[in-house]
Amino acid sequence: MGSILVLGANSTIAQATVRKLTDKGKHFILTSRDPSQLEDLKNDINIRSQVDVQVREFDALDFAGHKAFFDDVVGSVDVLDGVLLMYGAMDDQKLAEHDFAVARNMIDVNYTSAVSMLNIAANYFEQRGAGFICAVSSVAGDRGRKSNYIYGSTKAGLSVYLQGLRNRLHRAGVHVITIKPGMVDTKMTYGLVEPGPLLADPVTVGRDIANGITARREVVYTPWFWLIIMGIIKLIPEKIFKRTDL
Amino acid sequence: MVKARKERLSGWGNYPVQSGYVFRPEHLDELKQIVTAKEYSSYIAYGLGRSYGDTPLNRGAGVIGTSRLNHFIDFDEQTCFLTCEAGVTLHEIIDVFLPRGYYLPVTPGTKMVTVGGAIANDVHGKNHHVDGTFCEFVASFDLLTASGEIITCTRDRHADIFWATVGGIGLTGLILRATFKLIPVETAYINVRYEKASNLDEAFAKFQADADFTYSVAWIDCLASGDSLGKSVLMRGDHARVDDLPASIVDPLKPADKFKLKMPIHAPGMALNYYSISAFNKLYYGMYKDEDKLVEQSSFFHPLDAITDWNKMYGKNGFIQYQAVFPKHNNPKEGLRKLLTKLSDARRSSFLAVLKSSGPWNGGLLSFPVEGYTLALDIPIKDDGLFPFLRELDELVLDYGGRVYLAKDSSLEISAFQEMYPTWEDFLDVKEKVDPGHLFSSSMGRRLGLSK
Repeated sequence: MGSILVLGANSTIAQATVRKLTDKGKHFILTSRDPSQLEDLKNDINIRSQVDVQVREFDALDFAGHKAFFDDVVGSVDVLDGVLLMYGAMDDQKLAEHDFAVARNMIDVNYTSAVSMLNIAANYFEQRGAGFICAVSSVAGDRGRKSNYIYGSTKAGLSVYLQGLRNRLHRAGVHVITIKPGMVDTKMTYGLVEPGPLLADPVTVGRDIANGITARREVVYTPWFWLIIMGIIKLIPEKIFKRTDL
Repeated sequence: MVKARKERLSGWGNYPVQSGYVFRPEHLDELKQIVTAKEYSSYIAYGLGRSYGDTPLNRGAGVIGTSRLNHFIDFDEQTCFLTCEAGVTLHEIIDVFLPRGYYLPVTPGTKMVTVGGAIANDVHGKNHHVDGTFCEFVASFDLLTASGEIITCTRDRHADIFWATVGGIGLTGLILRATFKLIPVETAYINVRYEKASNLDEAFAKFQADADFTYSVAWIDCLASGDSLGKSVLMRGDHARVDDLPASIVDPLKPADKFKLKMPIHAPGMALNYYSISAFNKLYYGMYKDEDKLVEQSSFFHPLDAITDWNKMYGKNGFIQYQAVFPKHNNPKEGLRKLLTKLSDARRSSFLAVLKSSGPWNGGLLSFPVEGYTLALDIPIKDDGLFPFLRELDELVLDYGGRVYLAKDSSLEISAFQEMYPTWEDFLDVKEKVDPGHLFSSSMGRRLGLSK
């Protein structure tokens, strides 16, 4: 049976996604900067779905170590079916405007490390002629707004990178999926964003991601209505958009 | 710092509604931070909000939602012992384990209950007279106490804290995880015997006649009076074996996928009145005939779970569920008869009431069931006259040495409570020992003098 590598399995969305994906009978390699945080999830997945789960340490910012990490993972399983990139950093916009270290951390975590890691995965899957790469970008990358454009631009970079990667790997039979969640009710947003119809349940998002992978979709907006919201927002001319308070 | 969200909360009865500062930790270390930071004066756990009254409310103070602390930790197929976090729901346990041939040893009338809530309210089911409460099957649990220490409680280790926490409505600390036993089953079905009884005497006679069913319950028409007082439908059953199933059932352990209804809004207050409920009860009684039938487990154990938010049926003002037990040694039939007469006379309309027999008390200091008969019924809140009426019911229950169930309560007075639960002082002794600063407190705890 195939395995799936989850980069950044400690997020609320990652946990919901993995719980949904196990219905499909895959084994998992869960990773985090602090793998001790993953022990509960490991046991949980193992009991719920009776699949094998490995836990490994992974540091997105240790670019030099990415290749050895990936080779190690490939060597530890029968078949690696795919990679799920689920981590991200979202710091305060105002802070990032004044402190470059904060901006840079978002750039490095959300974009630089993704390019480093997914380049390695892409080369591996391309050579094998099979597999999938799924990464979580954001609706914030669809249009820059004053309230979060530094974070948004890192996700825009990731989205374009994934577009190109999809184009490149298509011939090799390797599938690339871009996930664009809206606001999700996670520990990151809890207490900051008021609950309402736009704040999505992570279980819904996890299900959408798992279904997107199974159905081999290209871009998944989750929940689905963000496709319409962002479709409209993208249509607003810049001349007008620059005056808005979004 | 871990953030809270101010929310208006209620239990399942939609009464009372109170504001609290709700945390929703996803990891143990967040939970520890919340408790040690002491940002609010006190904290109480909130699971799925299926206790009816103010058990999980903490007006103006901290509430800890456990919904995201929901990991399975361990399962031993030989011993059937499952270990999981307190936020795991009975629903999830059935979904995961029934297809593998295991079932809950005890389930209340809804599966939308967390494991933590099941322990803190020491819930019981239709098999209490045979198997006891949920906690009879709990071997141990980990409790995060006010000092920030995590202690493992069993019947041998910290036994006093164990018995104060069983049914202890969350006031001894936060239940983190528990180890309890599942039972092996061959199928997802129950062999049910349906029998009608035209009055209370007949219902009692039939209850006692063949008492060897594991599960046993009767639905009583509370509006029937006079000679037909206690008119009821008895439903008793056992887990079906593979041999009992017709060949058309291919997978004996597959839970049925049911179409779910949802109550979209609160029903207008006038929708439920004496006449509409009386008509419903008559229709319901007419639907049944004496027969043996194979029934899928969820329709037998959790019939109302098929309607999401059914509590909205009672309107915006909410409702009270009154559940009392009448001890066996104290003429319970007479007590029940008086209670039913009182309800019928007052025209405090209720749908069917649920009658069950219960086995001996387990020693949980605030655990509800004692040997006898329990009656549970819903009463919509329509006017302030309801509460004096409930006090009259309390008096009647006390006359027969009975008690009401805290998981359903929202208005019991402290004096009546202390008379009903004579071990309340023992509970306070343990409370002072394990939580002298009353870091764990709730609106119910303060109302009943169990916490500050």
